[in-house]
Amino acid sequence: MANIDKNLYGLMAEFDTPTQLVDAARSVREAGYTKTDAFSPFPLHEIDEALGIKRSILPLLVFFGGVTGLLLGLGLQAFVHYIDYPLNVGGRPYLSWPSFVPAAYELTILLAGFTAVFGMLFLNGLPRPYHPVFNVPRFSLASREKFFLLIETDDKEFEYDKTRNFMASLGPQEVFDVDE
Amino acid sequence: MVEGDHTFGSVSDKIGDLALKKKTPFHWFIGFGIAFMVAQLLLFTVVTLLARGIGIWGNNQPVGWAFDIINFVWWIGIGHAGTLISAILLLLNQKWRTSINRFAEAMTLFAVACAAMFPLLHTGRPWLAAYWLFPYPNTMGIWPQFRSPLIWDVFAVSTYATISLLFWYVGLIPDLATLRDRAKNKYFKLVYGLLAWGWRGSARHWHRYEIAYLLLAGISTPLVLSVHSIVSFDFSVSQVPGWHATIFPPYFVAGAIFAGFAMVLILCIPLRVWYNMKDFITDTHLIYMGKVMLATGLIVVYGYAMEAFFGWYSASEYEVFMIKNRIWEGPYWWSYWLLILCNGMSIQLLWFKRFRESPFWLFMISIVVSIGMWLERFVIIVTSLNRDFLPSSWAMYSPTMFDWSMFIGTIGFFFTLIYLFVRFLPIISIFEVRTLLPSAQVHGHQQDFEENVLEAENTYEKTDPPKS
Repeated sequence: MANIDKNLYGLMAEFDTPTQLVDAARSVREAGYTKTDAFSPFPLHEIDEALGIKRSILPLLVFFGGVTGLLLGLGLQAFVHYIDYPLNVGGRPYLSWPSFVPAAYELTILLAGFTAVFGMLFLNGLPRPYHPVFNVPRFSLASREKFFLLIETDDKEFEYDKTRNFMASLGPQEVFDVDE
Repeated sequence: MVEGDHTFGSVSDKIGDLALKKKTPFHWFIGFGIAFMVAQLLLFTVVTLLARGIGIWGNNQPVGWAFDIINFVWWIGIGHAGTLISAILLLLNQKWRTSINRFAEAMTLFAVACAAMFPLLHTGRPWLAAYWLFPYPNTMGIWPQFRSPLIWDVFAVSTYATISLLFWYVGLIPDLATLRDRAKNKYFKLVYGLLAWGWRGSARHWHRYEIAYLLLAGISTPLVLSVHSIVSFDFSVSQVPGWHATIFPPYFVAGAIFAGFAMVLILCIPLRVWYNMKDFITDTHLIYMGKVMLATGLIVVYGYAMEAFFGWYSASEYEVFMIKNRIWEGPYWWSYWLLILCNGMSIQLLWFKRFRESPFWLFMISIVVSIGMWLERFVIIVTSLNRDFLPSSWAMYSPTMFDWSMFIGTIGFFFTLIYLFVRFLPIISIFEVRTLLPSAQVHGHQQDFEENVLEAENTYEKTDPPKS
């Protein structure tokens, strides 16, 4: 086999326009590759479908984050004013829930926001300062103006020569070896 | 929304170079120097305040709240435009927000930082106040009073500050990665690299990123409306004539957006000239902001009318007296009329194209509106308190030197932070501007059916109808 080079992480192709990237991603998926990724300087909605990216679980997590915040807020205030230290304020009921709404509302938003941000970073596996793709010198243009498509060596369809020729046939600027 | 011939690369260079270029423009040093010196007034006041106590301020019975809360509400209000631009306009799919959202969000953060100082320092010794601000099990076994609007305020403002920071930072991550990849100085590269958390623009990451960003916008929208509503509860939940009015929450929120857009204009009109950003912050942006100012300003004027109406309609002797005292009989009548002049009259110029389309006039009107919104809080607070129920306790309020030095000091602090932000971070969201370029469109069969239909409809509307 040609991919005896154990230090190879994958193959990467560089494209000039988002259209080329999406077309290439579609061909790669149709050819049966699954361990693939695309890199672009801005979000491309079409790539999700082209690469077959499933919808993230994040919204569900954020919902439960918000519910946790709400229950925490209501529970905290009920505990403070009803259980731990009941205080008669102007003869109002101890469990005067309407006045507990604002703080519980803010806590709902706070925890939902934390879940959205840290959940997104966690699911993305960030922070991760080192990643093999950074070994390709031209990859620094992925945050600027170029579009990249990656097929990992772990993919069961991956064979160095075949995959390299296949990627070259997609019309890229260049195909790079990505070292581990 | 983007003028001139730009490519993905030229956009990245033009905005990124403001932070990365070696030579800092001379006018930056002048501006930063002045702002930093003015900020020393804040340091001076805070040190004096902690050493001598809050007696150095002019507020005393019956005007127990004065500059501390006027300035708090003023600063918090300014912050609201940032969240409005970044969250509400995102949900409404207003593409013009893209080139102004970054520094509007920065403005929000810095304004909230200035705002929070006032109530915190009004406690006198903030480190001792923690037990009644935040619910933590303390050795005294007591808790904050959750039935008080002041505690709602603590929760609202601290949540607002945290979520605004997260929103701003999440928006910055891809741009920090751009700066990391472009930086030549190794220290800059390291710092931007650490802050970018290894962002590499993967399609899977972008997918979750966009969901997270949209959800943040979705929760920031009710948040920003709730924050100024809760700030207005500080007044309207009390029984004081002039404060106890149901119009307060919407009227405060509109006023906040009004003041905030004025501040965004004050910041971006010079910024786009000094940094040659007219391609991204176009005249169209300024005109839109002028229109938002006019609309929210009119809501605020409606609020003033309703306040007077409520006073009369309540048939309460004290309410009627308060309105008379505020508008023509009291010692502070001039502040009310100055307020009407600044907030009510000045914005009427925005009905005319000549003023709305001139950056100079927009800038002048924005400054007048900022002063007007400060006066609004002065009128609401001081004229409601200075003549209360008992004539024997009537008194005049006048700010001391320390009131002024703290207020002016926070303005210096605010501009110091703005100058640092402009120097070290991208002032316009680079990756979002890239999406506005025509070359960012994916052509061909990938588009959804619905998008194709919409596009066809739009093209049809833009072309001339066929002649019969």
